[in-house]
Amino acid sequence: MSLLTARGLAKRFGGLHAVAGLDLTVARGEMLGLIGPNGAGKTTVFNLLSGFLTPDAGDIVLDGRSIVGLAPHAICRLGLARTFQIVRPFPRMTVLENVRVGALARSPRAGEALARARDVVARVGLGTRERVPAGALTLADRKRLELARALATGPALLLLDEVMAGLNPTEIETIIQLVRAIHESGVSILLIEHNMRAVMALSQRIVVLSFGERIAEGAPADIANHPKVIEAYLGEEYVRAAPA
Amino acid sequence: MKWALAGGVVALVALPAVLSSYALTLFILIFFYGFLGQAWNIVGGYAGQLSAGHAAFVGVGGYTATMLSIELGLTPWVGMLVGGALAALLGAIIGYLGFRFGLRGFYFVLLTVAFAEICRVAVSNIDALGGPLGLYITFTGNPRQFQFQDGRVYYYIALALMLLATLIAWAIERRRFGVYLAAIREDEAAAEALGVNAFKYKMLAMVVSSFLTGVGGTFYAFYLFSLQPNTLFGIPLSVEIIIRPIVGGAGTLFGPILGSFILTPLAEISRRYLGQGGLYGAHLIAYGVLLIGVVLFLPEGAYPRLRRALARRAGATR
Amino acid sequence: MDLTLVMQGVLSGLLFGGVYSLMAVGLTLIFGVMRVVNFAHGDMMVWGMYLAYMLATRAGVDPYVSFLVCAAALFALGLLVQRGLVDRIVDAPHEMQILLMLGVALVLENVALLAFGPEPTRVRSPLASATLWLGPVFVDVARLVTFLVAVTLTSALGAFLYRTDLGRTIRAAADNTYGALVIGTDVRRVYAVAFGVGAACVGAAGALVSPILPFQPSTGLSLSVASFNIVIIGGMGSLLGAFVGGLLVSLAESLGAVFLKPSLKELFSFSLLIVILLFRPAGLFGRRSA
Repeated sequence: MSLLTARGLAKRFGGLHAVAGLDLTVARGEMLGLIGPNGAGKTTVFNLLSGFLTPDAGDIVLDGRSIVGLAPHAICRLGLARTFQIVRPFPRMTVLENVRVGALARSPRAGEALARARDVVARVGLGTRERVPAGALTLADRKRLELARALATGPALLLLDEVMAGLNPTEIETIIQLVRAIHESGVSILLIEHNMRAVMALSQRIVVLSFGERIAEGAPADIANHPKVIEAYLGEEYVRAAPA
Repeated sequence: MKWALAGGVVALVALPAVLSSYALTLFILIFFYGFLGQAWNIVGGYAGQLSAGHAAFVGVGGYTATMLSIELGLTPWVGMLVGGALAALLGAIIGYLGFRFGLRGFYFVLLTVAFAEICRVAVSNIDALGGPLGLYITFTGNPRQFQFQDGRVYYYIALALMLLATLIAWAIERRRFGVYLAAIREDEAAAEALGVNAFKYKMLAMVVSSFLTGVGGTFYAFYLFSLQPNTLFGIPLSVEIIIRPIVGGAGTLFGPILGSFILTPLAEISRRYLGQGGLYGAHLIAYGVLLIGVVLFLPEGAYPRLRRALARRAGATR
Repeated sequence: MDLTLVMQGVLSGLLFGGVYSLMAVGLTLIFGVMRVVNFAHGDMMVWGMYLAYMLATRAGVDPYVSFLVCAAALFALGLLVQRGLVDRIVDAPHEMQILLMLGVALVLENVALLAFGPEPTRVRSPLASATLWLGPVFVDVARLVTFLVAVTLTSALGAFLYRTDLGRTIRAAADNTYGALVIGTDVRRVYAVAFGVGAACVGAAGALVSPILPFQPSTGLSLSVASFNIVIIGGMGSLLGAFVGGLLVSLAESLGAVFLKPSLKELFSFSLLIVILLFRPAGLFGRRSA
């Protein structure tokens, strides 16, 4: 049985169809990659799934329950957590305090939440930086913190929005290990990623989005050679190369 | 820290024995404004929702208890709770509109100011509430009427109010409620994504804060024996309420108290020496300069700075 | 319902609206360029009024002449506030800017209170006693002149912003600070000029309105509220919106005064503010911005 099912999901901004009738499922225990050129509507999909935007049409079912119209905090408590593409740490709180906010969603008692937060912080490898204010972290550590906070809410499904963007190859390698470990601990993952090598290495299945529609779906090896995918990306390259 | 706190409280309890009546008055004002500042701190400091119209809650609380006492003979000891409840209701209305409609920063400031001003103009135009001249309370010295021959009773009530509000702030700070308020202040969308119902917690903060402020209105009315719409609902009182926690450190437990110990004596001195001879508004100029100075040079307030300095000294002597 | 009274209300409202437009254009210019809300806007305007008052009583200069001096003086004040205060915290959290501007408003209002006392005054101008009759309604000549000068100034400001290089740079900075930085504009200079010009608007507006509106230091707050009403209706940052919004809000207030007790006029403005805040989405001509 699938953990998350979205059917006919649509969102328009003015005249622009950001997401147009998208169907998407994530199976329990799956790691699904969501890729596509810039402006394909990937982040809009995340905002729709996590309740930050309300779809114009379509249904979203999490664990057998429709979550359309629920507020982000309610969706989080039902087991869907997300990270933000541009990380949003609470800058004046320490790393541990940041993660505790997430942990409180599962353990309302402050003491328990703190213990839980400490566990998660150690898991993502920020143990030595527990007491550092989040505003003082490097980008790589902020990405880990973003991951840790979402993880602390105890999600069944984790939505990761470009957790590797802006990192160097060594840092990317450690984040790949981390995401894999989280997945192996039983968390299903939906991943937006621009780093092709990372998506190919991590995902069991990949969905390709272009102009808000699904243009391809399949195993990583098939996707890499899919003509429509190549066209969509080449099109983007062409647009990028053209003089502004 | 615990011992220093306990010692401080004991000293404040024993203090009236050696105070002159002028010093007693000064301390009453320090505690009272410390109390109002702490009440504001819950929504303005911890939750980061800048209400610039908190005078409205003082006014609603004060007028309610006074009217109940004058018209129905209800003791202000009960009236103060009714006044607090009505102030909390107003707080809930303002909060609901502000938070439901997503008013932040500048827009929320304007909303709170607009509500306070509407209350002020409305009360000034209602004859049953005394119109622009307000209400006067006859002094009877009857404790049942919240009136005392001995000024030290006001001292202890004001001290108790300040300690009560601080206890509530402390309880909030160390629970999930407080952690969530801090998260909302730092980044509301990120907090929502982590399961924080921002609307609910902002509403709760607003209701607790406006209830306490409304209770303060009763003290204000029965300590001064008079209520005028321009003083009880006016912007100058709102400024008095927010400036102490901001100078002392908004969103910290002892910021409002420290701010009151710094500012109340200054305000009283300037009022005493400059307020006479028609020098209106002198202390408000000082407040304006102070606000500017704090923003430019001490944005987190005095208390965090003081705490770090003390920690350094403790580290050095060890 | 007395139709003449309503027509009279419409006419005075529109004529007074010229000043409101000028005032609101100043506020929206400052906001558009710097994303800073000038809480002291109305208090700055009151200083324009008192300057005109001093020039009239001490030097016998008519406010319809001295408005130029007042504009220049407020330009300097705006420049000072921007360079000395706002410039230091452009990148600070939003609350800090709000508190800073509240501080400036407190200082300006209460220095005026200290200097001039709480009693209302007005500036005498020979024009103020003349009236023209247009059929059943009369036109206050002072209001008419105030309106014409205010609209002329607003148009001149529009021409400056749309036809000169500096003006275009200011608008570019308002649209995109980062882009302006990249193409090598001196953003700090642009900010200072914009704040100065925004303040000069209320300097002139204050002087122009001083013969027709009795004022006191606390008038600043109601003028600030009117400015906020206008720029939120017109769309924060939109110049055209501020201009049209000025006429509309003035009209609404004037008609409100026809139907309501004078003491309730304030109630009307603040209620208008709340309604506008709640249903503000984009303003008449504005882009949405928080």
